[in-house]
Amino acid sequence: MNMLTRRSLIAVTASLVFAGHAFAQDKSIVVASTTSTQDSGLFGHILPMFKAKTGIDVKVVAQGTGQALDTARRGDADVVFVHAKPAEEKFLAEGFGVKRYPVMYNDFILIGPKADPAGIKGSRDIVAALSAIKTKGADFISRGDKSGTHQAELNLWKVAGIDIAKDKGPWYKEIGQGMGAALNTASASNAYVLADRGTWLSFKNRNELGIAVEGDKRLFNQYGVMLVNPAKHPSVKKDLGQQFIDWLVSSEGQKAIADYKINGEQLFYPNASDSGA
Amino acid sequence: MLQDVTALQLVLSGDPALFAIVRLSLYVSFSAVVLAALIGIPLGAWIALTKFPGRQGVIVMLNALMGLPPVVVGLAVYLTLSRSGPLGAFGLLFTPPAMIIAQTVLVTPIIAALTRQTIEDLWIEYRDELTAMNLGPLGRVAALIWDARFSLVTALLAGFGRAAAEVGAIIIVGGNIEGFTRTMTTAIALETSKGDLPLAVGLGLVLIAIVIAVNALAWTARRAGERLAG
Repeated sequence: MNMLTRRSLIAVTASLVFAGHAFAQDKSIVVASTTSTQDSGLFGHILPMFKAKTGIDVKVVAQGTGQALDTARRGDADVVFVHAKPAEEKFLAEGFGVKRYPVMYNDFILIGPKADPAGIKGSRDIVAALSAIKTKGADFISRGDKSGTHQAELNLWKVAGIDIAKDKGPWYKEIGQGMGAALNTASASNAYVLADRGTWLSFKNRNELGIAVEGDKRLFNQYGVMLVNPAKHPSVKKDLGQQFIDWLVSSEGQKAIADYKINGEQLFYPNASDSGA
Repeated sequence: MLQDVTALQLVLSGDPALFAIVRLSLYVSFSAVVLAALIGIPLGAWIALTKFPGRQGVIVMLNALMGLPPVVVGLAVYLTLSRSGPLGAFGLLFTPPAMIIAQTVLVTPIIAALTRQTIEDLWIEYRDELTAMNLGPLGRVAALIWDARFSLVTALLAGFGRAAAEVGAIIIVGGNIEGFTRTMTTAIALETSKGDLPLAVGLGLVLIAIVIAVNALAWTARRAGERLAG
């Protein structure tokens, strides 16, 4: 390597590091969150309001709940905003989070093809519906990615008395991808799939799909938010992160969440005041 | 942007969010190609002209690395730049520089391998002249790179094509953050996951048009340069 190249390499490396610092210095936080909050358009609705009030840029990295918690564990996010209470409590117990705040809820729905091969359309009993899907061997798409929705699905199989790891047949397909990809797969293969209502409402490639089961209280879907523990990761921007959390659970933030609608339908229901949620 | 609109409408209306995405895509991929050229061209030329033990193995490795899976590179760069990784202190993860680093890793072997081949062919052709000119090893490398400059444009374009087209690495290290690390390819992945397939296809066509435009410009520049050089 000649001298000129070496010099330019050093210059470029230095400018990369410098650019990284410049990018890191501005008033912004990284929030590891789920695909459902982003794909449903909720963040697009509430973040501009938060930015207008505080001047803080919120950079959302949308992943499944399991991956979002892992990103936070590594110290690569300041705040984590997800929906799987047992996994969140484990995260807290390990010392990676400071405190968990309930923010809002919506519900899961079972999506299925119009032809309804399992004969469950219109039912309000998710457990009976899953049993019917298994008995009939109707195609079912599982997220298979440790996301909040995947964990809720696994739990529902358990409630139905089905050991899905052992009892699954060729009808049960784990795709290991996000909510949108799971819906696309179900749409292309006329299969059943468990989805969060927010993503479903904003999902466009429905084809023959429609809601098969909704309204069972076991389909409740709670979202919580946590500051990543600065004691574990000193790089966490604790003041800016806490400002975001405080705003989410304030009456203003809660109203912003309630106001988000698609075609007149509300997607998320704020419940920060419910300390048990 | 991106609510019940087509990509054509976004282009025609000069949608600022779309243009920011296009600008970031070009910035990241061009920067990666420049960095990869600074490393890959001298490296490829050096391998072409130097005899050392294990050279055949290095050439095979270099050619194989042209097929590095982007998702693996993304993961490796992620683990390196993560706050818990060796370079975590720089805070580069989920920033454009992280994406440039990942694409540089992907593109460098392509440019180095293609440069090696080009320079080696030239060396075989002009060996006697160059030996007669009595240049040192560095002088030879420089002379051959200069002679090959028009052919090397193709190596750079191959690298640029790879960088502009990949999504696996940058979505991991960039995080696909709206207005900050969202590029053409990660936007296409996102719109696909939202089930807006027409918009995803439209954005894909915009990306292809951009890549064609870049190639056309490079070709024109090469032709003009060749004419000037006689």
